[in-house]
Amino acid sequence: MDLIKPDLGLLFWTGLVFCLLLFLLAKFAWKPILNAVNARGQKIQEALDLAEKTRAEMQLLQAENDKIIKEARAERDLIVKDAKETATKMIEDAKTKSKIEADKIVEGARTSILMEKNAAIAELKTQVAGISLSIAEKIVRQELSSDEKQKSLANKLADDVNMN
Amino acid sequence: MTFAKHLKYNILFLFALVFFGNILAEKNNSKETEKEFNVSEMIMHHIKDAHEWHLWGPEHGGTSIYLPVILFDNGLKTFNSSNFYHGAIVEQKDSITGEVSEYYLGKGPAAGYALCHEEIYILHEGKLEFKEGHPHNVQPYDFSITKNVVSLFFGTFLVLVIMLSVASFYKKNGAVAPKGLAKFIEPLILLVQDEIAYTNINHNKYKKFVPFLLTVFFFIITNNLLGMIPLLPGGANLTGNITVTLFLATLTLLITVFSGNKNYWRHIFATPGVPIPILIIMVPIEIIGIFTKPIALMIRLFANITAGHIIILALISIIFINKSLAWGALSVPMALFISVLELLVAFLQAYLFTMLSALFIGAAVEEDHH
Repeated sequence: MDLIKPDLGLLFWTGLVFCLLLFLLAKFAWKPILNAVNARGQKIQEALDLAEKTRAEMQLLQAENDKIIKEARAERDLIVKDAKETATKMIEDAKTKSKIEADKIVEGARTSILMEKNAAIAELKTQVAGISLSIAEKIVRQELSSDEKQKSLANKLADDVNMN
Repeated sequence: MTFAKHLKYNILFLFALVFFGNILAEKNNSKETEKEFNVSEMIMHHIKDAHEWHLWGPEHGGTSIYLPVILFDNGLKTFNSSNFYHGAIVEQKDSITGEVSEYYLGKGPAAGYALCHEEIYILHEGKLEFKEGHPHNVQPYDFSITKNVVSLFFGTFLVLVIMLSVASFYKKNGAVAPKGLAKFIEPLILLVQDEIAYTNINHNKYKKFVPFLLTVFFFIITNNLLGMIPLLPGGANLTGNITVTLFLATLTLLITVFSGNKNYWRHIFATPGVPIPILIIMVPIEIIGIFTKPIALMIRLFANITAGHIIILALISIIFINKSLAWGALSVPMALFISVLELLVAFLQAYLFTMLSALFIGAAVEEDHH
């Protein structure tokens, strides 16, 4: 029975000591410990959140970078293509231009050749005419060398006129 | 195979030890006719409070630390308990049953008082009057620094030193990962805060009760473990003392009653949805329920810790009952096993007491869900 009989003295000391302990611990131990532990928990949570956020941002940034690189590449391709086209065009132009020039030169040469030829022909004609005249003079002189011959010619010419 | 073989040899060895031990014991018995070893008396002596701290040697005249006695009997009286233990041992016949009881007669400053079964009585006509095994003399108010009170001081001092050093770690280093002692204590603090308080008490109100729950938890676990140490700073049966568990359970009761909200009292006096005729039966049951919960707390802690002490002492006593050291081969491993089990119980009972306190407080501050 002694075992389950509460004792006044012990109750008093337990009460006193426990209440003191509760007060001292609550004020000087639990408060700073719990504050620090909970603050740390919060800090860790915040750090985790931040890491998560940063990762998402990084992902976004990566995507953006990829996009920019893609665009840049496309632009570069475009520029290269343009340059190639321009170069081709320039070559083409130069070719055309030189061809025209050459054609022009050829044309000029041809014209001058033609003119020379014409001049030569004209001169030849003049000479031929001169020669012909002299020949004709000689022939006429011969034809009109006798009266008979003059008469027959005159008849012949008269015949030609009559027929007309 | 080898294990089975070894086991067989081990068992054989054990039996041999016990057998020879018995022979030796019989020899001893035949030689000496000393006072018979009383197991229950020894165990009761160890688990009960005392005005001395017995270290070694026989019960009378052994080596003890004598603790101060503080009495309120027409004013404050203080003296050393050696005035009882070194006083005369008086044998007194029970006036009804005729049983012989013995008590210490106080000497010097303790004159006029007697110590019987660690209780102090005022002498009536120079003696104690026994009726049915108990003295019927008047008792003074005894506020002595008993064995349990010394143990209480030491345990409390230990908790304070540990917790203040942990607190100083956090004060010095701020919100950082714990190191050293803080690394060991922090999980326990978090266990109480997160697993006990947060899960059982309304999330908006639990913070207010955390200091109490933490203090109860560390007070109980420290004193449970101190009780496991058989040497001087430990060895007292503080948390296995009904007075201590009564006080702790009373605190839980008071906190429950005073923090109980409207919803809690309505569930006791007018449980919603229960017809009035049934309420007539329900209300007394609910009112009893307010008290049975802390009483269960009180008895659970008291019984578990006391039982642990009793089992270990009983197992060790096997050696002394048989008066042979050989029995130690049986009793020491068993006592060791129970001791290890008691380490678990020391934690488990502290956890349970705190958890159930949180549960009762949680029920008292629970908001209406209907």
